[in-house]
Amino acid sequence: MTLRPDLAIIAAHVARGSRVLDVGCGTGDLMAALRDRAGVDARGLEIDAVKVADAVARGLSVIQGDADVDLAGYPDASFDYAILSQTLQTARAPHLVLDHLLRMGRRAFVSFPNFAHWRVRLSLLWGGRMPVTRLLPEEWYDTPNIHHVTIDDFRAFLRTRGIVVKRAWFLSGDKEIGGAAANLLAEHAVFLLARNHQG
Amino acid sequence: MSLACLSDDQRFGLSRRVSLPGPLRLDGGATLSPVEIAYETYGTLDGQAGNAILVCHALTGDHHLASPHPRTGKPGWWQRMVGPGKPIDTNRFFVVCANVLGSCMGSSGPASINPATGRAWGMAFPVITIRDMVRAQALLLDHLGIARLAAVVGGSMGGMQALSWAATYPTRVAAAVVIASTARHTAQNIAFHEVGRQAVMADPNWRGGDYYDGEAPARGLAVARMAAHITYLSEAGLTEKFGRRLQAREAKSFGFDADFQVESYLRHQGLTFTDRFDANSYLYITRAMDYYDLAEEHGGRLASAFEPATRFCLVSFDTDWLYPTAESRAIVQALNAAGAPASFVELSSPYGHDAFLLESPELDRIVAGFLGA
Repeated sequence: MTLRPDLAIIAAHVARGSRVLDVGCGTGDLMAALRDRAGVDARGLEIDAVKVADAVARGLSVIQGDADVDLAGYPDASFDYAILSQTLQTARAPHLVLDHLLRMGRRAFVSFPNFAHWRVRLSLLWGGRMPVTRLLPEEWYDTPNIHHVTIDDFRAFLRTRGIVVKRAWFLSGDKEIGGAAANLLAEHAVFLLARNHQG
Repeated sequence: MSLACLSDDQRFGLSRRVSLPGPLRLDGGATLSPVEIAYETYGTLDGQAGNAILVCHALTGDHHLASPHPRTGKPGWWQRMVGPGKPIDTNRFFVVCANVLGSCMGSSGPASINPATGRAWGMAFPVITIRDMVRAQALLLDHLGIARLAAVVGGSMGGMQALSWAATYPTRVAAAVVIASTARHTAQNIAFHEVGRQAVMADPNWRGGDYYDGEAPARGLAVARMAAHITYLSEAGLTEKFGRRLQAREAKSFGFDADFQVESYLRHQGLTFTDRFDANSYLYITRAMDYYDLAEEHGGRLASAFEPATRFCLVSFDTDWLYPTAESRAIVQALNAAGAPASFVELSSPYGHDAFLLESPELDRIVAGFLGA
């Protein structure tokens, strides 16, 4: 199975045999890849019951729940990595979700669509309409993406919350690009984060 | 061990019954000896005895899990779920189902003969707990040569036993499936059971439980079943099935006959129940459920009941108000805190608590996938 590009980046950088919580795991594609290729002990949280059933039916440990509500029940420092892929922008309180990720996990992977990509900017600037793109395919009224965020917003946000970027990857199309003009050129970003007191 | 040898083994097969010497120490302080257990097995135990699944039945269930009932001819109560090629696949797994301690379907209970007196135990039978049921099942597994279960599976009170199994014998349980269940009986759960018990005890035929030589307290037990049956259904389910429709009449009778279909249905449920169930058993098993509080057994902290060695799968139903989703969620939180691998999903069904016994392709898929992992 081919993983979505952001998931492929995450999968390639999770250490073998580690413990992982995938928040918003969907049907468990990343979890299954981590389990099968790297012997990872993967747990998942997913809000959609049908997706949870799919994931459980493939033998994964997935709990139906809401990242905004149910992360509080997980103990501190219980995972090597907490992963939030394409889910940050759907959270009611993304800042609190991120706090939980770095409370439960030693490190956190966060991936999200960049709202400052040039195609999004053009759509607003020339069309005067809310952008509907490949990564943000829903109309404004039925989108689950209620907290649009740009790469520069996210970087500034991490600075104010004392979170360190261990590594970042930027994607245009499905190809990796450099970080220099990422806020304009990247459709998609993946960050590996840690609390600043950690080495 | 060869297949031929296994098939000749009198311990395995349908409608088995064994008398184990025990003694079984009970939570209430008493000991039981011997311990009679009625059970059935399906499929073939592999050479390492590593493919055994124990299925635990609910309050009024029995061990005729996936075979026709020998007396009534009715299909097994979970034939939908258990069998060759079914979610609990007997081509792959060796499946055991035992009648619970305290019941009246062949295992030791108030209706069995007290060896000390030669008469039915009645209320002299010791009060038992869910954990006592589990300990009796463990004796049976010892007898069958099963050291460790590939899985323990149960819905409702069967789910309580599955949880209790994982808590009491963590090294003997690789995986647990807990459907429409709870880690404790709430005040509301206890309240409904108490209504049922009082109905039984108010029946003049009950006579302090000493009725085995005469008329059984059928009217009291029927009322108990009627009250309980309401808790197994949902309001929407009742409305869909009966609404306010009248039973075989054009107009209200202005009397106290069963004017409404729902009344007639409940009366029928109550009546047929008394043909198959013993009133004292109903008292003992509902008591066991009311005493059940897994956290209380572990210093008040539910997470302390669990160890990461067991995988868990929990399923609740959105219209189940007897053991609502919040109860399953509390268990999931405790499992997370204990670091145990856990899956949980709330399925949608109009049928309330009873949904766990009904057709549900989603449930089948989840159970098959979880057990296959």
